[in-house]
Amino acid sequence: MYGFEALTFNIHSGYLEAIVRGHRSGLLTAADYNNLCQCETLDDIKMHLSATEYGPYLQNEPSPLHTTTIVEKCTLKLVDEYKHMLSQATEPLSTFLQYITYGHMIDNVVLIVTGTLHERDVHELLEKCHPLGMFDSIATLAVAQNMRELYRLVLVDTPLAPYFSECITSEDLDDMNIEIMRNTLYKAYLEDFYDFCQKLGGATAEIMSDLLAFEADRRAVNITINSIGTELTRDDRRKLYSNFGLLYPYGHEELAVCEDIDQVRGVMEKYPPYQTIFAKLSYGESQMLDKAFYEEEVKRLCLAFEQQFHYGVFFAYMRLREQEIRNLMWISECVAQNQKSRVHDSVVFIF
Amino acid sequence: MEYLDNLPPMDLMRSEKMTFVQLIIPVESAHRAISYLGQLGLLQFRDLNDEKSPFQRTFVNQVKRCAEMSRKLRFFKDQIHKAGLLPSPHPASQPDIELEELEMQLAEHEHELIEMNSNTEKLQQTYNELLEFKMVLQKASDFLVSSRSNSTVQEREMVENVYSNDHYADTASLLEQEMQPGPSVQSGVRFVSGIICKSKVLTFERMLFRATRGNMFFNQAAADDQILDPSSNEMVEKTVFVVFFSGEQARTKILKICEAFGANCYPVPEDVTKRMQITREVSSRLSELETTLDAGTRHRDKALTSIGFQLAKWMNMVGREKAVYDTLNMLNFDVTKKCLVGEGWCPIFAKAKIQEALQRATFDSNSQVGIIFHVMDAVEPPPTYFRTNRFTSAFQEIVDAYGVANYQEANPAVYTVVTFPFLFAVMFGDWGHGICLLLGALVLIARERKLGSQKLGSFMEMLFGGRYVLLLMSIFSIYCGLIYNEFFSVPFHIFGESAYKCRDSSCSDARSIGLIKSRDPYPFGVDPSWRGSRTELPFLNSLKMKLSILLGVVQMNLGIILSYFNARFFGNSLDIKYQFVPQMIFLNCLFGYLSLLIVIKWCSGSQADLYHVMIYMFLSPFEDLGENKLFWGQGVLQVILLLCAVVAVPWMLFPKPFILKRLHTERFQGRTYGLLGTSDMNIDDEPDSARQHQEDFNFSEEFVHQMIHSIEFVLGAVSNTASYLRLWALSLAHSELSTVFYEKVLLLAWGI
Repeated sequence: MYGFEALTFNIHSGYLEAIVRGHRSGLLTAADYNNLCQCETLDDIKMHLSATEYGPYLQNEPSPLHTTTIVEKCTLKLVDEYKHMLSQATEPLSTFLQYITYGHMIDNVVLIVTGTLHERDVHELLEKCHPLGMFDSIATLAVAQNMRELYRLVLVDTPLAPYFSECITSEDLDDMNIEIMRNTLYKAYLEDFYDFCQKLGGATAEIMSDLLAFEADRRAVNITINSIGTELTRDDRRKLYSNFGLLYPYGHEELAVCEDIDQVRGVMEKYPPYQTIFAKLSYGESQMLDKAFYEEEVKRLCLAFEQQFHYGVFFAYMRLREQEIRNLMWISECVAQNQKSRVHDSVVFIF
Repeated sequence: MEYLDNLPPMDLMRSEKMTFVQLIIPVESAHRAISYLGQLGLLQFRDLNDEKSPFQRTFVNQVKRCAEMSRKLRFFKDQIHKAGLLPSPHPASQPDIELEELEMQLAEHEHELIEMNSNTEKLQQTYNELLEFKMVLQKASDFLVSSRSNSTVQEREMVENVYSNDHYADTASLLEQEMQPGPSVQSGVRFVSGIICKSKVLTFERMLFRATRGNMFFNQAAADDQILDPSSNEMVEKTVFVVFFSGEQARTKILKICEAFGANCYPVPEDVTKRMQITREVSSRLSELETTLDAGTRHRDKALTSIGFQLAKWMNMVGREKAVYDTLNMLNFDVTKKCLVGEGWCPIFAKAKIQEALQRATFDSNSQVGIIFHVMDAVEPPPTYFRTNRFTSAFQEIVDAYGVANYQEANPAVYTVVTFPFLFAVMFGDWGHGICLLLGALVLIARERKLGSQKLGSFMEMLFGGRYVLLLMSIFSIYCGLIYNEFFSVPFHIFGESAYKCRDSSCSDARSIGLIKSRDPYPFGVDPSWRGSRTELPFLNSLKMKLSILLGVVQMNLGIILSYFNARFFGNSLDIKYQFVPQMIFLNCLFGYLSLLIVIKWCSGSQADLYHVMIYMFLSPFEDLGENKLFWGQGVLQVILLLCAVVAVPWMLFPKPFILKRLHTERFQGRTYGLLGTSDMNIDDEPDSARQHQEDFNFSEEFVHQMIHSIEFVLGAVSNTASYLRLWALSLAHSELSTVFYEKVLLLAWGI
């Protein structure tokens, strides 16, 4: 019911939207981050977090804490919330929620394949995987020797299978190929997600197309920057960009021929929304670019909550929580390694 | 007025008088003082370190230690629960110990437990492996044996083939391969046997099929016993499998897949005698391990039981200790760093007790310096504190659920003690049910001491908390039941004979024409003859409906009169003139008048239709009442009352905010004052004290507030009156249901 979805939205998704908005109000605030940044030890962090929604997840941890434990428990909370929402969701929200995890699935596949390539233990690798991107047969990824096998053995059962159509080659797996595979998969995934949101229509399409376009553009910039100076040809590079977003198609043509970071900057500054991001950076600098993009993303994700009756809030909440966990990881790493002066380098305040 | 002034002080109705106090406690006696004060529970500390985050406070380390200890205690509790033991407080418990000692003990116990657990876990793992091996041996040998017996005939001729044809394995059908267990090693057909979770079998098989491109044979059988999963501590069903395949590459692949699926592979020798031998070995080792495991578990259970004796006490102690440090964190260090400064509220009557407790603390901790305890003045409104006992506390809780009164405001809980159970009884009126309820309440009260000390379920807890409410409810129910004359919906002739009797001895027309009145009315409550008559429902409905309205109007009037006493108490004549008076007029002109009509109708026996009177009082106030006229001058009175009610609404809406505004401008004469220099200094003295308060007057806010208040009152008066009809509705429902219950269940059960 295009245009009237607000009328019937609450029948199926009202409860979950309320839930997700409730979860959102549990996100750490700037005051929380200020307090966390002042912590001296990991125990202080635990103590502070125990007053937040993370409390029940951390309270039974014995005292010599590690950063990984904190991150693990915080992620566990996110996963629990996600599972709860997924089990309550009906179509098409449940499909939407599953789409959110495909990105992690791709990352996990890549992690395991690269890991086995470098002869790591599978169980050790499994522990490093993001729990949201787990699927049944993930461990068998280690068996595969080339792309075709990878697809035929394992991935054909997963939702990632359709994305694989473009990268089935019988080439052996090496670092370069895997990276190309990741980006091809991501491209197919983003395009699929984008189409799915367009099909849903209404406010969801509107908000999600904005968020996904930003994601696609960010990936395009990252691919460009990372491929500068590698043997990736221009055409190959061009193929990895997603076929939507603000940069599509003219920006992509220009990005494909970029040779250094300043050229990328020149391309991006033609697009007003990205001007502000690049304005923060000095010439030739790419370290702070990630943070600038994250900050912009957080701003956009927060805006998704301004409108009601759409699925974008679920996507936004999951992303914000992930950003929060990244922040916590950074803060606790800084605290654990006594690098408190660098605490603010990578923390993106959400509120 | 004179009379009102000389009323007794109504102590129960007002919350306790509070005073703001400051404590200056020497560091050495701080802990003891706070813990004594905590036992007293009569002082509410203000948080003086509001802006500090929890880990910047003074006693953060102690709080952390307590949290750590309670974590250990939770671990013990969890372990005890897992082991299936009941944590029971031991009668002869050990003497009190210090916190430091307890901390050490806890660490020791935890260490011990963890070690035991890891030992058990190791043993358990070996045990699991052996058990799995045993199962695999049993099942796999079944496969191998059965396939052999089938193949013995063909074996001889096949062997030749195998040797002659290297590609045999690839070309031969799977069935034939499977029949070749003896010489399979030579032929390149081998097998892997192992065990896997039942839930994973399907995907496992599919994966194997894909990985080997279908060149394998998968055999499975469910294991007989369930196996304990060490990570989740649950029993899992497993399936034994044997995969036949050929080729070295397939083998590595299959082994990798096994590993990925968490399937444990065990080698099964093909030779029968060897297999038997290994089976025997495994069985003997299993039984050995079992005894070791049992001994380990017994040892652990013993340790856990000894912890269980103390657990409740320790938890209490740690919780108390944590509360003390949390309170200490609310205090400030003074300039010299030798004293802690605390501020808080206490009821005035408790000052002596607090002082006594503080002295005791000073004495017990051998401090040189006493604790200074003095009263300060504060601008903040004091907190509300009602002294309750076990009888009134439940009622106070009911009232608090709707909202806590401001400091010294009239406390409706005093009236709730009677009105709440009574209104319940109006709905529940049945003295049979009432007696049941009474017995229940009496049991709860009789076992008060025993039940109070133990932990109850959430439902029992609620019942136990409200035991005195239940008691009153049941007593009132019996009373109302007697008035309604219902005992499990059966009427009884308790107070003499019915006033009615049949017209003749056969009583044949009792249900058609009716009865005739023969003597004085039934002395108390409803005449039993109404029961079962055609007019039973109309009569009872009319009675209960009118009763509900009378009760409702009385209770609403009580509420408004309480607001009068509140206003008098706070010296607020504005509220009396512009809120209390119009409210009284409005309510009583409409619903008070209705009550009056009800009473007149009862007394006079008139047949006037009160609905009609009330409705047409609004719709056409000047029309003649006709047959509904109850008394002389009713029409004129109604017009006057209606006018009064109409005037009362703007009366309570407009004057108050305007008068407040005039008073405000008069006080400051249009100007505002800044803070005086001296008061600045005063604030500097105690930077965290409760003395910063500024009064602001906002006319629009005040007006909107008054508007909401008036609208709420007018609508509330109507809707509350309607709501009181629920008393009748529920009473009707209760009596109908109990009639059904009596007729369909009790009578049938007795077989009458």
